[in-house]
Amino acid sequence: MRIKPALGLLSPAIIVIFIFMAIPMLIALAYSFATADAYGGVTMPPSISAYVQMLFTQDFDGSLIFTTSYLLIIWRSVYLAALATGLALAVGFPVAWYIVCQPPSRRRLLLTLVTLPFWINTLIRTYCWILILRDEGLINKFLSWLGAISQPLPLMYNQGAILLGLVYTFLPFMVLPIYATLERVDPRLIEAAFDLYASRYRVLRRVVWPLARPGVAAGLVLVFAPALGAFLQPDMLGGGKQLLLGSLIEMQFTSSRNWPFGSALAVLVTLAVVIALIAARGRKEAPAR
Amino acid sequence: MKKKPFAWQHNPGFGTFTWAVMAFLYIPLAVLFVYSFNANRQVTVWSHFSFKWFAVVAQDANIRLCAYNSIIVAVAATAISVAIAIPAALALERGPGFKGRALSVGLITMPLVVPEIVTAIATLIFFSTIGMANGLLNLIIAHTVFCIPFALLPIQARLQALGGGFEDAARDLYGTEWRIFRRITVPLLMPGIISGAVLAFVISLDDFLISFMVSSSGSTTLPVYVYGMMRLGVTPEVNAISTILLVASAALAALAFVFTRPPGSEAPAKTTN
Repeated sequence: MRIKPALGLLSPAIIVIFIFMAIPMLIALAYSFATADAYGGVTMPPSISAYVQMLFTQDFDGSLIFTTSYLLIIWRSVYLAALATGLALAVGFPVAWYIVCQPPSRRRLLLTLVTLPFWINTLIRTYCWILILRDEGLINKFLSWLGAISQPLPLMYNQGAILLGLVYTFLPFMVLPIYATLERVDPRLIEAAFDLYASRYRVLRRVVWPLARPGVAAGLVLVFAPALGAFLQPDMLGGGKQLLLGSLIEMQFTSSRNWPFGSALAVLVTLAVVIALIAARGRKEAPAR
Repeated sequence: MKKKPFAWQHNPGFGTFTWAVMAFLYIPLAVLFVYSFNANRQVTVWSHFSFKWFAVVAQDANIRLCAYNSIIVAVAATAISVAIAIPAALALERGPGFKGRALSVGLITMPLVVPEIVTAIATLIFFSTIGMANGLLNLIIAHTVFCIPFALLPIQARLQALGGGFEDAARDLYGTEWRIFRRITVPLLMPGIISGAVLAFVISLDDFLISFMVSSSGSTTLPVYVYGMMRLGVTPEVNAISTILLVASAALAALAFVFTRPPGSEAPAKTTN
């Protein structure tokens, strides 16, 4: 079928997403260069004060003092997102490889099981962990019933809980692209390696892993990008003490009412994602050369 | 099972590991599901099986209003995004290549890549800048944007799987373009359209962060309201409404999977082995 006005048929999608997504992001970019006034509004003379605020705080006399409080939040967000991505890879790769090795009917079942959680509300998936981790939760109840503990273990409101929430939420994003890449691998390559007396481990490391790299690169970005801006997991499992970028941005638009600063932080998150995307694309093309 | 070196599909330990990961994915959901049938007001103290809290939740006027809002937004966003996604899928799969195709695809898949918090605050700023505060309409627009790629993918996949042969045959038989579209393309495409619609609906129903930032007091959606309930603590009411949302999403997603099954995959097991 030849449809001549391809751009015409595509235009509703392009127009809607351009007006209601691309333009809003550009407006947010503009906002990040505005100045917040004392009443929660903004004044327009462009300035970089919102970006300066990430590094400096204003003293009473108006002079700038270097501060690490926001840098710490940014660092913590990047660190936890990277750690969650690494864990998701360590867990997701063996799962993807196992699924590829199964006969087709079993593959379908396993793939459905991996994909299904993605369609379930993140809010509810995160809440489930509260039921398990909190002081009166399943684990603490069980351990005290066993008599192993007298005081409930502090399982929630720490970085470990946030990490768990992130890996739990985004694991399917790691498994699926790796599976999609491995599925296309020619089995004869693997058989050839075995014929040449490579061990199981060696085949995995020297044949399967290099062939899986495009999928791994995609998975790394697909987990890292949402984890970096995650709001629900740190908010619900991390509590108030472990502030991350997602919550910090949200606060600027609700309680703190500092839209330029919130926009500047959102610009920072977007830039990090763009860099991750470019890095992944570079890796994807690397083995072809 | 013949010669040992050829059994590379058999990896000892990987199966156990994979099923352990499956348990990790599903046990938390099972815990919520079981707790929601506990009659006791104290969530973690089991007394006996009961539907009590589901009845309490179903009679809550606020929850009913928010559920109503959620459904209106999801239905509208689904209808609009599917109507936009069908021609877009046709253009991408059947249309000729054109300048800026990669850019267009990049733009359409943008909602999948940009972190939700960024989309959420950008949308909030946008509506505030143009001075639009229409409650549900704002939400419908915001949801339509991120539903489009989800509606598009299954439709595009279906078109790809079908190939252009049927339309070409119809054209040889002097079918007009519109007639071919109506009598050939749409009926064949139906499974893709249905799964695209169901997935868009689920994605809209599940959305929290964007709705949380964009919705105003009168237009709260169910997940936003439930989040407010969760902040006040773990209660049997939260368990019940969460289980309802969990089962609704899972059932709809399973329905979409049935329709996404690629044509001819009904009996794939015989060809291999």
